[in-house]
Amino acid sequence: MQKFLARRAVSSAISLVLLVIAVFFLSRLTGDPTDLYLPVDASAEARENFRQIHGLNDPLYVQFGHYMLDLVQLDFGDSIRRARPALEVVTEAFVWTLQLAAITMVGVTFAAIVLGSLAAFRVGGLFDRVATFFSLIGASAPDFWIAIVAIVVFAVGFGWLPTSGTGTVWHWILPVSVLFIRPFGLILQVVRGSMITALSSAYVKTARAKGVAPRATIFVHALRNAMLPVITVIGDQAAGMLNGAVVVETIFGFPGVGKLMIDSILQRDFAVVLASIMVTAFAIFLMNILIDLAYGALDPRIRY
Amino acid sequence: MSEPLLDVRNLSVTFHTARGPVQAVKNVSWSINKGEVLAILGESGSGKSVSASAVMDLIDCPPGEITSGEIYYRGKDLLTMDRLERRHINGKKIAMIFQDPLSHLNPVYKVGWQIEETMVIHGTARAEARTATIALLDRVGIPEPAQAAQKYPHQFSGGQRQRLMIAMALALRPDVLIADEPTTALDVTVQAQILALLEELQRETGMALLIITHDLGVVAEIADRVVVMNAGEIVEQGTAAEVYANPQHAYTKRLIGAAPGKGAIHDNPLGTEPVLRLENVSKNYAAFQALKGVDLVLHEGETLAIVGESGSGKSTTARLLLQLEAASGGRAIYQGRDLFTLSPKELYKMRRDIQMVFQDPTQSLNPRMTVYQLISEAWQIHPDILPRAQWRDRVALLLEQVGLTAEHMHRHPHQFSGGQRQRIAIARALALEPRIIVCDEAVSALDVQVQAQVIELLDRLKDEFGLSYIFIAHDLPVVRDFADRVVVMQAGRIVEQGTTRQIFEAPREAYTQGLLAASLDPDPQIQARRREARLAQETV
Repeated sequence: MQKFLARRAVSSAISLVLLVIAVFFLSRLTGDPTDLYLPVDASAEARENFRQIHGLNDPLYVQFGHYMLDLVQLDFGDSIRRARPALEVVTEAFVWTLQLAAITMVGVTFAAIVLGSLAAFRVGGLFDRVATFFSLIGASAPDFWIAIVAIVVFAVGFGWLPTSGTGTVWHWILPVSVLFIRPFGLILQVVRGSMITALSSAYVKTARAKGVAPRATIFVHALRNAMLPVITVIGDQAAGMLNGAVVVETIFGFPGVGKLMIDSILQRDFAVVLASIMVTAFAIFLMNILIDLAYGALDPRIRY
Repeated sequence: MSEPLLDVRNLSVTFHTARGPVQAVKNVSWSINKGEVLAILGESGSGKSVSASAVMDLIDCPPGEITSGEIYYRGKDLLTMDRLERRHINGKKIAMIFQDPLSHLNPVYKVGWQIEETMVIHGTARAEARTATIALLDRVGIPEPAQAAQKYPHQFSGGQRQRLMIAMALALRPDVLIADEPTTALDVTVQAQILALLEELQRETGMALLIITHDLGVVAEIADRVVVMNAGEIVEQGTAAEVYANPQHAYTKRLIGAAPGKGAIHDNPLGTEPVLRLENVSKNYAAFQALKGVDLVLHEGETLAIVGESGSGKSTTARLLLQLEAASGGRAIYQGRDLFTLSPKELYKMRRDIQMVFQDPTQSLNPRMTVYQLISEAWQIHPDILPRAQWRDRVALLLEQVGLTAEHMHRHPHQFSGGQRQRIAIARALALEPRIIVCDEAVSALDVQVQAQVIELLDRLKDEFGLSYIFIAHDLPVVRDFADRVVVMQAGRIVEQGTTRQIFEAPREAYTQGLLAASLDPDPQIQARRREARLAQETV
């Protein structure tokens, strides 16, 4: 087990370093922040000064060397825009994203598993057809469109909910609901498919021959066996959300890491871009470990 | 006579499939009394399991439909009961065990929990069920029952898994135990143990035991009465001895006639020209030694059987011969060369000389290819055998040689029966004009009548094509009818070899004697004598 974790950590660290290198140089291609932060008519001296402060004067590889040296000491640099440590800015935003993702994914997982299992129990029945119909729509509808329509209807039309921001519970309803739809549709389909296989398996026949009630047959005997592919998709979807629900966060003005990333790219705030990528990458690494552990916990045949 | 415990009357079941309704059983009636062992005997597709599934409420409706009949248990019709009432009977009063215990046990729960569950859902307290489970595990012969209860199904052997199933089924001392092919997937010695255990438990509890089987030997060993089914109908029923000694229906006569192990033993003059010689061949998988120094010789025109139980190394030997896996040591001499050290180019040339027929033709034939493609693919790989212009004629010829017709060429494997598919697999092996064919359990998955036909075909082709066979099998009666010489393997070693007559009539090694003693004879009288001998031995 420890060996497995160590192997995982090493391989993830390697990918993270490669990612940092790529992002570091690619983000420099967006141009010189000086042009963005100083007025058009700023003097050459002022420009020189700005570059000096933010270390933009050195050749790229020297800048990179400095950055990596700082990084080993867990110094992620400062945000040019906000004049604060980049890591602090990112952590703040990431906590918002984490909450949003957690609330949404818990809801999605629960709803998709229960409804998907019930749909699988009577394949082709009315419940199955309705669930399949709506989940397919959910899985295929683009979220920017749903988000805008939701704002138009519930915020502008009825005036029930706020359009953006985070102040109260009401502020969370629209972003969570919009984020909910697509993973719900997708995971429900996977649960349904996986449960159909599990419910037609031999051990379910044994359970029926033992006199196990239908509900226990579905949720005790079949579900645990059907969960492996489901967990893979749940992990995949959750990872996407941790990465920042860029579209939804932007539309709803939600101060999460996805919005922060887009803003910092536009603002050429390199330190923040890099820090966000590293924080989310680390979170995704942790989540993948959790998923692997969940495999082992669900299926005794899987041992690391 | 008092009314039977379980009484199936005029049961008809239809399955509504995409290709229209299929009547699985027609007006089937049978009954079983307390303390009785009834066998339902039939080949695949005979509908032998359907009535038992109906008893257990395991038929999904739709696509299934029970079109007529009643099933009385203690005088009450199960088919008119509500679901809840039937659930109280399932597992408690009527329990069932199945053919393949690995897939019928839930892989993700501990076996102890699964056995407890039977008791808990029928009202036993969890703690009490836990204690009872350990006693049950002990009773069915699982060593260290307390620890075993904490393990998962994949941590047991096949025979132990069937014992676990039996423990689960007997947890609440049911009135009726239905066993659907309970020993088909097991080795002969394990089969004998499981049947003995079932019989013992049946005597101990006085339950009725219903055994569903395709194997006349199982009927002879354990059943009081037998119901013979064919194509969804009961063709004959009576006591096991009566039906075997004096079958009334033509189908039963054919079935008994096809039972292997009753033909003449081959006493062919032994070939003297060795075609293939294995010298001290070994194979390791990590620390596990699958083969520990095997020496054997295959002579020209000979059928050499390799028999042994699972894990004996017989299939590993085949895979090494075909170079599907690399050997860990030793030599395999063919035409003066060591097969294990050939270069890829030489190996490619040699491959056409040694071909293989696998156990399950459903899996060994690519379902997307037509028969023509399946057979002619060999000539694509070895283009020097036959010019393309002659492919079609040769495929037609090969199909005729294996008992099919040229018209079958354009069909896909799923359009054939199991026996026909195995014929296609044989035709494919013959396409390369090999000198040696390795048959790995090639007839094990087939019904007895089809088995007999395929064996006859292999025998005929051997002379026509000048072949030598390595025939790997666990089924001793088939080997007895077909092989010239027999090699007995156990745990990676050859324990005994000799002519078929020597091995079957005067086995020297205790292991071989044990295998032969455990193998079941279709004749109930012979089987009864063997049991007496066995019991006498046990009491000594």
